Amino acid sequence: MTPILDIRQLCKRYGSHTAVDGISFSIPPGICFGLLGPNGAGKTTTIEMIEGMTRPSSGEILYKGAAPSRHFREECGIQFQHTALMDYLNVREVLALFARLYQKTVPLDQLITQCQLEDFLEQRATRISGGQRQRLLLALALVNDPAIVFLDEPTTGLDPQSRRQFWTLIRRIREAGKTVILTTHYMDEAEQLCDDLVIMDHGRIIDQGSPQALLKKHFQHVRVCIHRHDFNITPAQLGEPVIETATDIEILSVSIDRTIDTLRQHDVPLSTLRVRNPTLDDLFLKLTGHSLQEGDSA
Amino acid sequence: MKRFLAMLHARNLEFVRDRAALVWALMFPALMIIGCAMIFSNGNQRILSAGYLGTHQHTAQAFFPALPDGSMEWLAYSDPTLAINRIRYHQLDILLDPENQRYWVNPESSRGRIAEQLLHATGPLTLQRQAIAGRAVRYVDWALPGILGMNMMFASLFGVGYVVVRYRMNGVLKRLRATPTNAFEFLASQILSRLTVIIAASAIIFIGCNWALDFLMLGSYLDLLVVGMLGGMAMISLGLVISSRTDSEEFAGGMLNLCTWPMMFLSEVWFSLDNAPAYVRAFAETLPLTHLVAGARRIMLEGATLTDISHHVIALIITTVVLMTLASLLFRWQRD
Repeated sequence: MTPILDIRQLCKRYGSHTAVDGISFSIPPGICFGLLGPNGAGKTTTIEMIEGMTRPSSGEILYKGAAPSRHFREECGIQFQHTALMDYLNVREVLALFARLYQKTVPLDQLITQCQLEDFLEQRATRISGGQRQRLLLALALVNDPAIVFLDEPTTGLDPQSRRQFWTLIRRIREAGKTVILTTHYMDEAEQLCDDLVIMDHGRIIDQGSPQALLKKHFQHVRVCIHRHDFNITPAQLGEPVIETATDIEILSVSIDRTIDTLRQHDVPLSTLRVRNPTLDDLFLKLTGHSLQEGDSA
Repeated sequence: MKRFLAMLHARNLEFVRDRAALVWALMFPALMIIGCAMIFSNGNQRILSAGYLGTHQHTAQAFFPALPDGSMEWLAYSDPTLAINRIRYHQLDILLDPENQRYWVNPESSRGRIAEQLLHATGPLTLQRQAIAGRAVRYVDWALPGILGMNMMFASLFGVGYVVVRYRMNGVLKRLRATPTNAFEFLASQILSRLTVIIAASAIIFIGCNWALDFLMLGSYLDLLVVGMLGGMAMISLGLVISSRTDSEEFAGGMLNLCTWPMMFLSEVWFSLDNAPAYVRAFAETLPLTHLVAGARRIMLEGATLTDISHHVIALIITTVVLMTLASLLFRWQRD
């Protein structure tokens, strides 16, 4: 199957700074594809080059096997990380305005229901809450019934309830057969939504695959966590590698049964014991030596 | 066309709903005009003014030997038609042509009659009297085209310049760029929206103030509309050039002020440049507001047609084409 997007050796340089450094990947149609990485990793620059908003320094972008034509704008929907809307227009008017900018559009009533905009249609678009605003921006990205939808950190700054509400919307878009390209620095978001993803850091791809495949590839163990005060033996007595965190000892266990047996043999209290599967954040830490959240604050 | 109309409609809605801007756009020039009418309604504020054809003021001044220096304002004219029109509309009290032994006066002007009596006070005259008739042009009649033109200038430059820069700063332009909309459609919608607004506002102000002050209007309203639209287009184009690249409101504000202040003082909005140095008048000729105001003023006060003021019309068209081309070449949707 021809990929809907084929990215080859894409580079973006600003003076001496290289924001994106020769990345390549392909995206099959109909999936949710993620660009995961901390702020400054090059995700937004990459997605904006694919959208045609930023000119690449070098490299090639193929849409359905060819360089994007002028018609590409009719077939894609874009939600930017930072966007303001026109002053003094209400939500319904903003939707109607953007609908008239495209040749083909979905019925606005359908879009309003799909993105749950009913309750604030008559409010000024500049005076709605963060979650409502993100849903409106998503509706604008979908107004032309696009084949491919670009979402640049769509849930950043939203409360947990709004984020989960937004995830449901994204799942429905993918279920409708559209290709979704998503950038995020939330590992849980990537795990929940993405069928395939690339992990980026400092403008480069450091690994690529489905979340499950990546975790399976890099982690053969689960993490058995015990509060530091209860862990009254040495790692050598345990016979398995451990990671010390501020509050816990995390045992990298290949067999949970064997680890628990060993702990019992040494009379380690198990009241604080928790079992945790590795996450993409753990993977990022393993691959780069720093976590996604550290990258954020950098 | 659908995209252009959609953006035009959206921009118009924005303007109409921005109550503060709307009220200001209508109230400011109306207050200026009414203020002018009140302040300058007393005709005794200026001394008598006399014009002369030729270059020798002392020859003309010799016809008023009893008058002390400074009691009469002397103005030189090289164009007899212009000078006679000044007499016709009471802007000049008397005009002397010593070389051809003639003088012009408007008997309907009380100040003209006083000047004529002073001329006769010295004894029998050798100058031949030429009577010119015409309704007085009050200062408010003279100032109206300037005030309306100035308002159009501010509304065009700031109305377009600030909006485009703000749209660029907050990402509205970037969002529009992500649609099939092209720069031409966007710029054209901004131009037409703003042009509609300034022409409508100017028309409302004109009609309202005319009802109260009964302006002198000798020319065609259609010609006046054409000049107003051409002037508005030229000014909007200038605003688009200024806002074509910058994403700083402070910088745009500075540039807009840099353009508006010289026009306000050198485009004959408030006072005539008849006696200004040649280089000042030459510079004023490069300003679009000069041509807008001069064209509108000649239509209103002299009944000129578009053919009569063709050089102003051509200047405004050239200005619009050059600036619009420049704006479209320089325009960028988003900051780098």
